[in-house]
Amino acid sequence: MRSILYVMTALTVIGLAFWAYHENYKTQEAIEKTSKLQREIGAARVRLSVLRAEWAYLNRPDRLRDLAELNFDRLGLLPLRPRHFGNVDQVAFPLPVFDDLEPITNPIATSSQGADQEQQP
Amino acid sequence: MIRTPLRPLARILDARQRGENPDAIERENIRLRHEEMRDRLRLRAEQRLLLLGIMYFCAFLVIAVRMGGLAASEATEPRAATNGASIVAQRADIVDRKGRILATNMEVHSLYAHPHQMIEPLRAAEELGKIFPELDVADLKKRFTSDRKFMWIRKKLSPEQKQAVHDIGEPGLLFGPREMRLYPNGALAAHVLGGYGFGREGVHSAEVLGTAGIEKFHDDLLRDPAREGAPLELSIDLTLQAAAEKVLYGGMKIMGAKGATAILMDANSGEILSLASLPDFDPNDRPLPALGDDPSISPLFNRAVQGVYELGSTFKIFAAAQAMDLGIVNPNTMVDIRGPLTWGRHRIRDFHNYGKELSVTKVIVKSSNIGTARLAQMIGADRQKTFLEKLGFFDVTPVELQEAKRAKPLLPPNWSELSTMTISYGHGLSASPLHLATAYAAVANGGRMVTPTLLRQNGPNLGERVMSESAAAASRAMLRLVVSHDEGTASFGDVRGYAVGGKTGTADKPMPKGGYYKDKVIATFASIFPIHDPKYVLVVTLDEPEIHAAGELRRTAGWTAVPVAAEMIERLAPLLGLRPTIEPDTLAGITLTSQ
Repeated sequence: MRSILYVMTALTVIGLAFWAYHENYKTQEAIEKTSKLQREIGAARVRLSVLRAEWAYLNRPDRLRDLAELNFDRLGLLPLRPRHFGNVDQVAFPLPVFDDLEPITNPIATSSQGADQEQQP
Repeated sequence: MIRTPLRPLARILDARQRGENPDAIERENIRLRHEEMRDRLRLRAEQRLLLLGIMYFCAFLVIAVRMGGLAASEATEPRAATNGASIVAQRADIVDRKGRILATNMEVHSLYAHPHQMIEPLRAAEELGKIFPELDVADLKKRFTSDRKFMWIRKKLSPEQKQAVHDIGEPGLLFGPREMRLYPNGALAAHVLGGYGFGREGVHSAEVLGTAGIEKFHDDLLRDPAREGAPLELSIDLTLQAAAEKVLYGGMKIMGAKGATAILMDANSGEILSLASLPDFDPNDRPLPALGDDPSISPLFNRAVQGVYELGSTFKIFAAAQAMDLGIVNPNTMVDIRGPLTWGRHRIRDFHNYGKELSVTKVIVKSSNIGTARLAQMIGADRQKTFLEKLGFFDVTPVELQEAKRAKPLLPPNWSELSTMTISYGHGLSASPLHLATAYAAVANGGRMVTPTLLRQNGPNLGERVMSESAAAASRAMLRLVVSHDEGTASFGDVRGYAVGGKTGTADKPMPKGGYYKDKVIATFASIFPIHDPKYVLVVTLDEPEIHAAGELRRTAGWTAVPVAAEMIERLAPLLGLRPTIEPDTLAGITLTSQ
């Protein structure tokens, strides 16, 4: 009986030790993964900021103005002026669309109530 | 185990027969048994010792291996936890009101040298000279061969330059990571942004510090890690700024001015939508400050906030507004304008002779100095002083620019009655165009002060009341007539559909040693548009404009600043989303009384 107790205790200790080490390794792994991800996030952030800077650089007003002037033949872009504002009545009114209406086939029940009654003088 | 009996009967009986002592047999047997026990115990002890030895050996081996490993590897702190979100230690971006980037960061490299590690210092110097033509090769050679252990060569390298330096293959040339500030729009809004420099510099990093403009004013905010890299949102609109700078540049060239500034402000919130000052500079490569007495020749000079000048007749509307606010006059009250008005040794003259008397409206429309001086006399020095102080002309403007902190308006040391009269038409008190724009915003929004700001606001931000709603409305009607009336000084400023109202101002430029230049002026046009629904204030100032027009050399604001401002309104108003509208008829109720 006693030896069983000893063996059980020993096995418990071994089991707990295994569990503790396992948890420890899992934690270490998670920490490693986190720091790796954070490094990746950092690198992505740098990339993103470079891309945003590049986007801003390529879209700087000076360059866009020059491009609009160079491609005037094709694009015909001009600086916005007051005369470019249009009025609502310059826009063609859209024609009504009838496609979705089926031809009427069912009989229309018009009210004939009291039609055959004689009119009271 | 069968134990050998100590006294085996057979042997005892034998021994007795032979007459021997049987105890000897027992002792002999005990001895043998003890020897056997001893041998057994020794063997067991030896085994235990061996086991213990092996265990110790293993334990020491583990420790030795671990120690060896620790000694051979790089030390790291043991970690039981990891930090959640990473701290963004970068300087925050600056964006415009629509989120477009005005300033951001870039990771580049710096180049430094360890001359003692160099193998071919002379060749390295030659090669560096080829990559960077601005470096002094002879000086580099001297320094590479000296006893120095460390020297900086370049603070910023582009990736191409870095590769070229790398290709030299010199182990004594080293790179360090470095963050630099990038202004992708170049010179656009340069005076707002300011510039940057490096603070404490190390091989691994360097502090990026703002040196001017909003970069310096909000340096702490931009560097605050608690903001987690949230960008600083400005009230500036990139599109408006670009258009304003383009128009202003064209206007400055046509008018032959040596400098120009334009401020577009939202009259209800005090937000500055565009602030242009020319000549400008590229904040990516900020020039050195100018030497000498006159800072205004440097492109770094921000005319909008640092250009403290007498702003001339643009001030007249304040005298008229105050007189109407106090109930002294109404727009139709006749004012005596017979001149010249002599006060001590000083004489106040008008640009032309406008007759004997004019209504207050006409005084403003024709810009009569004498008429305004008479109004100021009626108001009195104390009340005028209080009014101008409320309008912010006594203090530096609170705008978020480092330069503004030192640009204090110049007030007369002794506010005499003569000062009262001259200040009423804009002489004797110097302020910046931004001061003027702020005061005009109060006229535009119905008499409430606003705080000029470069940071994006949510909705109107009206402050203290400085004049009554009706006085502001009457002043706006006068400003409209200055532009729309045939005799108005700003008749070139009428932009169809936008109902511009404003006041011109032409002030002689002061000489550095006192007195005024005869042929150099500051021409200003302060305007409000659309006047029937005032939303925006635009102030355009040209420094020393001159143009040949209609047969003579013109310098007055009506011929110089006004056409530039009109062109600017025509370009900017559509960008602000304002449709051209027909002015409502209500303003016609205020009619000019003919003389």
